[in-house]
Amino acid sequence: MTQASETETKEKQQKPIVNYLKLPDSPDEKPYLWGSRCKACGAAYLGPRLACARCFAVGDFDEIRFGDEGTLKTFTIVHQSAPGIEVPFIAAIVDLPEGTAVRCNLGGIEPDPEKLVPLLGKKVEMYTEKVREDREGNDVIAFKYRPAN
Amino acid sequence: MPVKPARDAYIIGVGMVKYGRYPDKSVVDLATEAVIAALKDANLTMKDIQMVGSGNLSAPIGQAIMRSVGQTGVPVVNVSNACATGSTACREAYFSVASGAFDIAMGIGSEQMGKAGLLGAGRIGAMGDLAYIPEGVMGSQLMPPVFSQWGVDHMRKYGTTFEDFARVAYKNHKNSVHNPYAQYQQEFSMEEIMNARMISWPNTLYMCCPTGDGAGAVIYASADKVRQLGLSSKAVKVAACVLTSDPWSESGNAILDINLCTRLAVKEAYEIAGIGPEDLDAVELHDCFATAELLHYENMGLAPEGEGARYLKEGKFDIGGKTAVNASGGLLSRGHPLGATGACGISEIVWQLRGEAGGRQQPNAKVGLAHVIGLTSACTVNIMVK
Ligand SMILES: [Zn+2]
Repeated sequence: MTQASETETKEKQQKPIVNYLKLPDSPDEKPYLWGSRCKACGAAYLGPRLACARCFAVGDFDEIRFGDEGTLKTFTIVHQSAPGIEVPFIAAIVDLPEGTAVRCNLGGIEPDPEKLVPLLGKKVEMYTEKVREDREGNDVIAFKYRPAN
Repeated sequence: MPVKPARDAYIIGVGMVKYGRYPDKSVVDLATEAVIAALKDANLTMKDIQMVGSGNLSAPIGQAIMRSVGQTGVPVVNVSNACATGSTACREAYFSVASGAFDIAMGIGSEQMGKAGLLGAGRIGAMGDLAYIPEGVMGSQLMPPVFSQWGVDHMRKYGTTFEDFARVAYKNHKNSVHNPYAQYQQEFSMEEIMNARMISWPNTLYMCCPTGDGAGAVIYASADKVRQLGLSSKAVKVAACVLTSDPWSESGNAILDINLCTRLAVKEAYEIAGIGPEDLDAVELHDCFATAELLHYENMGLAPEGEGARYLKEGKFDIGGKTAVNASGGLLSRGHPLGATGACGISEIVWQLRGEAGGRQQPNAKVGLAHVIGLTSACTVNIMVK
């Protein structure tokens, strides 16, 4: 097989945009956020940790699989950004009940303050979406949150 | 635990250049002008300066400033600390004197940004495949959205409105017409502010600080030196000079915190100075966005929790009010050349306490505070007393 045909037949993959988003191989399993919980103080973090910034414990963490639900701490509607970034979009911070927060885009709702302000402090749920394609043509998958029913 | 330094230090000279855009000058030229102004203010020459702290976010230019204004071989420390760069450089100079190591030291802040806005300060253009850059698809780490989100967080807690935040910009632009150093000296109506182009809701264009070029310099001296030089009538005592970083918080993973490091810094500063928020006559605080200023009223104890918007509306933070906040026009009008800002906030408070602030003078100002926050996160608070 030549190098070229190898690339052509290579299957397009789904790749998470950050290391703390897990995309299970099985289509029956939902994507989830993954992180570390300090065994000493219970502090939660996204992704792997070397040490706990809260209690200074070193190297002793449990894995956490975060649930889909969180509450909307805050948002902004971004109308002007850096070149190449599509606007407007809703940037948000979601508090997770496991004891941390995530930065994300809010979807499933119009970028309208009158609709968004009433959602503050309300439940939102995580979902994933293809946001870009990388140089190899793989789908880059990000997580977003949307109002929960 | 707040640490009170070995001895007192006083500010004996300040200087700054008018903020703006200077395509025909270098940043070293601008810093040199500020240094010359501060030296003139204290009636000194570079020969008297025993240590220099130089803040510039783009480059370590302290020694280049010395080559421009006077090469004496003294220690020069270059500082980079996000938007708190200039004030951190001043803190280096302050502690050089307050520790007893030197008798006269200078802090300099400078920056030349041209038209490059705060938007460029993010992580865009990082190495690697651009498809994996989270900006815009996983929220935002750029400064306008971060500070806007803190404003909306306040809305969630207290029902603060877009109009409440716009009133901050109204006050500061109104103050700016009396400040010859401000980049923009123009008053805007509430309508003009609220109908301006939206940058990141709820901050419109006039609720975001302009970027540009600027420089400021601050000279510190020991009590003995102040007497020796006959500068007692001019000298302003630094009652506290505090720098903090952000303590751990649950949301700290997701958003850099502007509240926690400010609360920690003022708490330490009030304790060291033996001064409370009720004693403050003039405050220069970090209003890089209108949303930020309103939060800091409460972070600093100038208003009770959730009452910042009401206090502002009642005129408590106007010139002539209980505490004049950003009488200079603040960053919103004066501009925010990143590394320069900290040195210039301190200069403004010095002028206020000396009664030299002209049309923007807070009557009988005796106690002042200069605050800067840099999102890295770093917060400096200086309390000054005349
Ligand atoms: Zn811990």
